[in-house]
Amino acid sequence: MQTQDNLVLETAERVFRDLADPQSIILRGDDGWKAPLWQALEDTGLPAAWAPEALGGADLSMADGFAVVRAAGRAALAVPLVDTMVANWVLGRAGIPVPAGRIALVLPRGRARVAIDPAGRVDAHARKVPFACEADHLLVLAPGARGASVALVPASRCAFTPGRSLAGDALDDVEISASSDAHRAGVEGVGVDRVAMLAGTVRASQIAGALEAMLEISVNYSQERVAFGKTISKFQAVQHNLARLGGEVAAAVAVAQSAADAIASDDIGADELLLEVGAAKVRCGEAAEAGAAISHQVMGAIGFTVEHVLHRFTLRALSWRDEFGDEVEWSRRLATLVAARSSGEFWRLLAAR
Amino acid sequence: MSLQFDPVRLPPHCQALREEVRQFLADEVAAGTYDPDRSEADGEVDRRFARKVAARGWIGMTWPKAYGGQERSFLERYVVTEEMRVANAPVRHFFVADRQSGPTLIRYANERIKREVLPRIVRGDACFCIGMSEPDSGSDLFAARARATPVDGGYRLDGTKIWTSIAHRADYMIGLFRTSPPTKENRRHGLTSFLVDMKTPGITCNRIGQIGGEREFNEVVFDGVFVPAENLIGEIDGAWKQATSELAYERSGPERFLETFEAMKLLVDAVDERSDVRVQVGVGRLVAQLHTLRRMSVSVAGMLEMKKEPVVEAAIVKDLGTLWEQALPHRVRDLAATMDEDDPAVRRLQRGLVHELHAAPKLTIQGGTTEVLRGIIARGLGLR
Repeated sequence: MQTQDNLVLETAERVFRDLADPQSIILRGDDGWKAPLWQALEDTGLPAAWAPEALGGADLSMADGFAVVRAAGRAALAVPLVDTMVANWVLGRAGIPVPAGRIALVLPRGRARVAIDPAGRVDAHARKVPFACEADHLLVLAPGARGASVALVPASRCAFTPGRSLAGDALDDVEISASSDAHRAGVEGVGVDRVAMLAGTVRASQIAGALEAMLEISVNYSQERVAFGKTISKFQAVQHNLARLGGEVAAAVAVAQSAADAIASDDIGADELLLEVGAAKVRCGEAAEAGAAISHQVMGAIGFTVEHVLHRFTLRALSWRDEFGDEVEWSRRLATLVAARSSGEFWRLLAAR
Repeated sequence: MSLQFDPVRLPPHCQALREEVRQFLADEVAAGTYDPDRSEADGEVDRRFARKVAARGWIGMTWPKAYGGQERSFLERYVVTEEMRVANAPVRHFFVADRQSGPTLIRYANERIKREVLPRIVRGDACFCIGMSEPDSGSDLFAARARATPVDGGYRLDGTKIWTSIAHRADYMIGLFRTSPPTKENRRHGLTSFLVDMKTPGITCNRIGQIGGEREFNEVVFDGVFVPAENLIGEIDGAWKQATSELAYERSGPERFLETFEAMKLLVDAVDERSDVRVQVGVGRLVAQLHTLRRMSVSVAGMLEMKKEPVVEAAIVKDLGTLWEQALPHRVRDLAATMDEDDPAVRRLQRGLVHELHAAPKLTIQGGTTEVLRGIIARGLGLR
């Protein structure tokens, strides 16, 4: 098991290193790196990591997949690998063979309007869908009585209004009024909310990964940069800032790993899962804010330049806060756990695991 | 360095123990053993409670059976500690001994002392205090000047310790005394730990009031106090080597983020479905932060159970945890500001916050200041 785990992770990290090196991406200045990177990822089978083999997936454990997700964060990966992993997890549960290519997730959240009719025809309007206009397919989810209804729509049948995240990645409004290539009404055991939770956990894990990279970059830089006659790592003020960054990284990693472990577990109650996932998305979002600020502070003006790699991590971590539920959305959901409980019952929930 | 906080879940037998502890605490409150809303120290209440906890086998529960312990796991102790804290149980009489003095004795004291003193802790009799700070040495422990001079059969102690919590009713102190001057190469050299019987002639405890009205602090004056040689703990002049490995136990427990949990309880009881969006968001963030701290702390407990020494991880838990519990009553005050003052739960909250706001400033000082912790974390990151 351990070997399997390491092998998958090593493969992913090798592809990220070879084809998605942040410094090379910056020097290049265009999107030409994305196609060869995606092809290499397809070759490894990682996008379908969480789908069963019978449907064209790699049948990896959730834990192995989450290790890849965090590594994608550590690499500031800006192609929809993890979104496609989540989509293919859903397709696997729905018994639909996984298609080749990138998949963007259209979830009925906020003011989104999503409907799938019994024939699989989709009528949807959704704002700020990550990587929508770079995707080959869109996976649309609509709430159903027994489970989510899902429909896989080729991107060619969808209309996009392009947008950008804070990091400059595609974040597009989507308009769909089209038939799907495959659909299923009511996927047993997979509610829309379960998918939203998985997506939220995945973004939290990416933020945790990006924070790990920020810490490494900042610590290394502080040991090279000389000011006032010594490396800045020797100044107590700088040490304390980096210690604080270490704390934020630790918090993000701990809560994201805990949520990943929780969502992979079959015997967890709905409220316990909401606590794990909501806390992960909120706390990682807070860590992104604090962590980005500290690592920029340590790096000074150099870290604020477009040439330096730091912004690929800081801006992405900040952008990922917005996707699949921001801190305000998840905090309000966490508040519902409190509103319905006495303090004794709240403690019981918190200490349940 | 890689910061590792693996997800650790408390196994079913721990959760069964949790139910036992809850029932015990509810019964003791019902029986009037202690009042959860009354936080002032009362030596008699504390002592009575300690004996009852001891009768359940929950003091020194991880210690070897040879010394009266139960050889139970750190995760079980974790559960007992957090339930006691959340229920405002009066643990002062035994908590210091259970958490750190006992483990120090097990590791470094001579066998006769262990056999004599540890069972007294386990029975809920022996109360411990810790003699570290001095008038001119706080975080800079190695500047300690209170000295131990060799005399026939032991040592003579002279000098002053200060800010020593509950020294006035402690049976023992584990104190740090200077036996040699520091060396040029190692300024930490020259300090030795002793187990001191607080009833020894020559010890005077002068109580010091705190900002919240408690009088738990002491100035402890040693004037020619004799300690037998067998009360020496660990290596002569080498106490600094002993200190660091125990910090992981001291710094990562649930008491490092639940000290002002009363404020959270008051908030939860004042919040309902009608609370406005600002309150919802504020409460939700606090829940997220608290859950994260607890998962980190449980994770460290799991590492301790696996015999690791997560000193840096523990420092991180205490740094984040104490800052959080310090800010908590202020955040709760903020969130309660727009609530209906005629609501009895809101009035209870406003009354209850006073104690937590009084307690807040000390949390980032005791047991290693934020500044000291950041130094330890920085060293862990390879910066020192």
